[in-house]
Amino acid sequence: MRFELTPRTTVSPVVRALAPVAAFITAFLIAGFVIWLMGRSPVAAFQVYVIQPLSDPWSLQELLVKATPLALIAIGLTYCFRANFWNIGAEGQYVIGAVLGGWLALKTHGTEAGFWVLPAMLVLGIIGGALYGLIPAFLKTRFGVSEILTSLMLVYVAQLTLDYLVRGPWRDPKGFNFPQSVTFDPSATLPPVWEASRVHYGTVFALIAILVTAVVLGRTLFGYRLKLTGDAPRAARFAGFSARSTTLAVFAISGGLAGLAGISEVSGQIGQLQPSISPGYGFTAITVAFLGRLNPIGILIAALVVALTFIGGESAQIMLKLPLDLTQAFQGILLLCVLAADALVSYRVRLVSRGGGK
Amino acid sequence: MFSRSLMGVLAGAAALALSAGGAAAQQKLKIGFIYVGPVGDYGWSHQHDVGRKAIEKAFGDKVETTYVESVPEADSERAIEQLARTGHGLVFTTSFGFMEPTLKVAKKYPNVKFEHATGFKRAPNLATYAAKFHEGRYIIGQIAAKMSKSGTIGYVGAFPIPEVVAGINSYFLGAQSVNPSIKIKVVWANSWYDPAKEADAAKALLDQGVDVIAQHTDSPAPLQAAEARGKFGFGQASDMEQFAPKAQLTAIVDNWSDYYVARTKAVLDGTWKSEDTWGGLAAHMVVMSPYKNMPDDVKKMAEETEAAIKSGKLNPFKCPVVKQDGTEVECKGNGALSDEQVLGMNFYVKGIDDKLPQ
Repeated sequence: MRFELTPRTTVSPVVRALAPVAAFITAFLIAGFVIWLMGRSPVAAFQVYVIQPLSDPWSLQELLVKATPLALIAIGLTYCFRANFWNIGAEGQYVIGAVLGGWLALKTHGTEAGFWVLPAMLVLGIIGGALYGLIPAFLKTRFGVSEILTSLMLVYVAQLTLDYLVRGPWRDPKGFNFPQSVTFDPSATLPPVWEASRVHYGTVFALIAILVTAVVLGRTLFGYRLKLTGDAPRAARFAGFSARSTTLAVFAISGGLAGLAGISEVSGQIGQLQPSISPGYGFTAITVAFLGRLNPIGILIAALVVALTFIGGESAQIMLKLPLDLTQAFQGILLLCVLAADALVSYRVRLVSRGGGK
Repeated sequence: MFSRSLMGVLAGAAALALSAGGAAAQQKLKIGFIYVGPVGDYGWSHQHDVGRKAIEKAFGDKVETTYVESVPEADSERAIEQLARTGHGLVFTTSFGFMEPTLKVAKKYPNVKFEHATGFKRAPNLATYAAKFHEGRYIIGQIAAKMSKSGTIGYVGAFPIPEVVAGINSYFLGAQSVNPSIKIKVVWANSWYDPAKEADAAKALLDQGVDVIAQHTDSPAPLQAAEARGKFGFGQASDMEQFAPKAQLTAIVDNWSDYYVARTKAVLDGTWKSEDTWGGLAAHMVVMSPYKNMPDDVKKMAEETEAAIKSGKLNPFKCPVVKQDGTEVECKGNGALSDEQVLGMNFYVKGIDDKLPQ
């Protein structure tokens, strides 16, 4: 006896749209059951985990803050993944963007440098991330090296470069030798979108990136070219699309957006360079990209949902004294349910007896 | 029908949560903790959690405690603020990397009292505290030199920050005081808590002929590696005897309980002030677990050294302190290095055959 997946010939758009909703309900039912087994109230947990963060202006803002780097990086990764290139190293591109942009902030620290500093930092962040993303792309086009390995390994190079800089040349001279830079001047700080908020302009950049990407992927030749390269590389070649320039382009875009996320986070949220500037955004964004099905609007929603699981998880620890492990388990359950729902919508599962298979 | 009953349940849960929160806030002092690692690490965060439980035990119904564990340093501001805005009157943030976020939140919530471990930035409602672990490390250095047959002792360090560097120097000065020709090897794990990396670091040391290992990382892995090879080691942060009954000579135990209880009492009495606390063996913030697996004369020496440090007769950094390059460090304290010099230490003492990464 074994299971066999056969593709469904027709899938109604309604079913496809409802699949994630069903996945969410299933995930909450499973998590609720676990919470009930632990002797707590699943209803109270749902209230703290979901309803409360979504009904309180403060946590809604925090949701945007947390979702911003995830959305920016994931939207960049969409270009790569659509064309079937595996950029696993967004975390490294994020770090290098922050390093290059942060360099200018440190250079101009304590000087009278004016309004140009911040825009220049952002541009440097994009350039840094893009150049760093081009390394695995170049190695792939020139030598045929797997971009999965090189992009991932370059993450560690980037992290250790930042580590070296903040322990050595960029260390705050007044910081008791602790590994961190000076805090950025106001002229190098990404301002909040509205007063006294933690929501910085990175959120605006993320929204712009999502809108632009929706147009590029849906309505331009370049978007079509990515889809064709991903779905039918031979057809793309026959159509005259150069695989080489596609590779370089998607890695530059993806790296640039990750770099923008990095410099936005450092100048808008953290306010200085330190050994760790990301709790793994570059990797979580891969999950976000797939949860959002490589669709710009889907990614916006997925980034918010993933951010919600983090914030709800903290609330659950504080309000209900539920352990962090449960939050992480829930994130896993949620991803699994969404992927399973996707598979069940696209494929029919049949139980076949061993003999009848072949 | 279904949706209406669901709404009713949710509204009821919300009302319940709100009323419970309101009632608790009036009577109890809510105390929050932010941990950098999991409470189950048996090291740094675990010991802070022991302190949290000591508060609950000492004050019973008068307090309520909460913790958020494994909070990434680059994304900690939200978790800290969430404690401040959910009615916590006293918040402990227990890792160096929480310094800037704690400062930011403290400015926003002037009525909440904050305590930051191992940092140096204070505010009217933000106190700092740390412990002189290097006092204990002088004692284990002496024990290590006595117990080593190969004449080479080892050290697994987390990050080359002043606190860790001061610990290595103190350990080595202690060892030198009983065996002037002792040698030391240092390996950096570049993590506070990574059992696999810590074990690898310990094995690398053992392979190089080291037979006694000290560690400034939080898991019992290095100690367990020593146990597996029939060598010796020291527990870090908590008594780790259960993990290595034959290898653990003693452990440098962090004891935050007395401090946490005293600070809680100060808040309840209305006498809390922002100040800097740096206590060692005498203040009972650093405690040596029972000396075991060693001959009686070594045990006696260790006990005498412990008594001498407690009484103030012995300071591990008594002048003259000589750097690796042979230059003498300016003596800014009273017959020993000043607190500031120890807190900002970024040099190795003479005799350490290793280059300090910076």
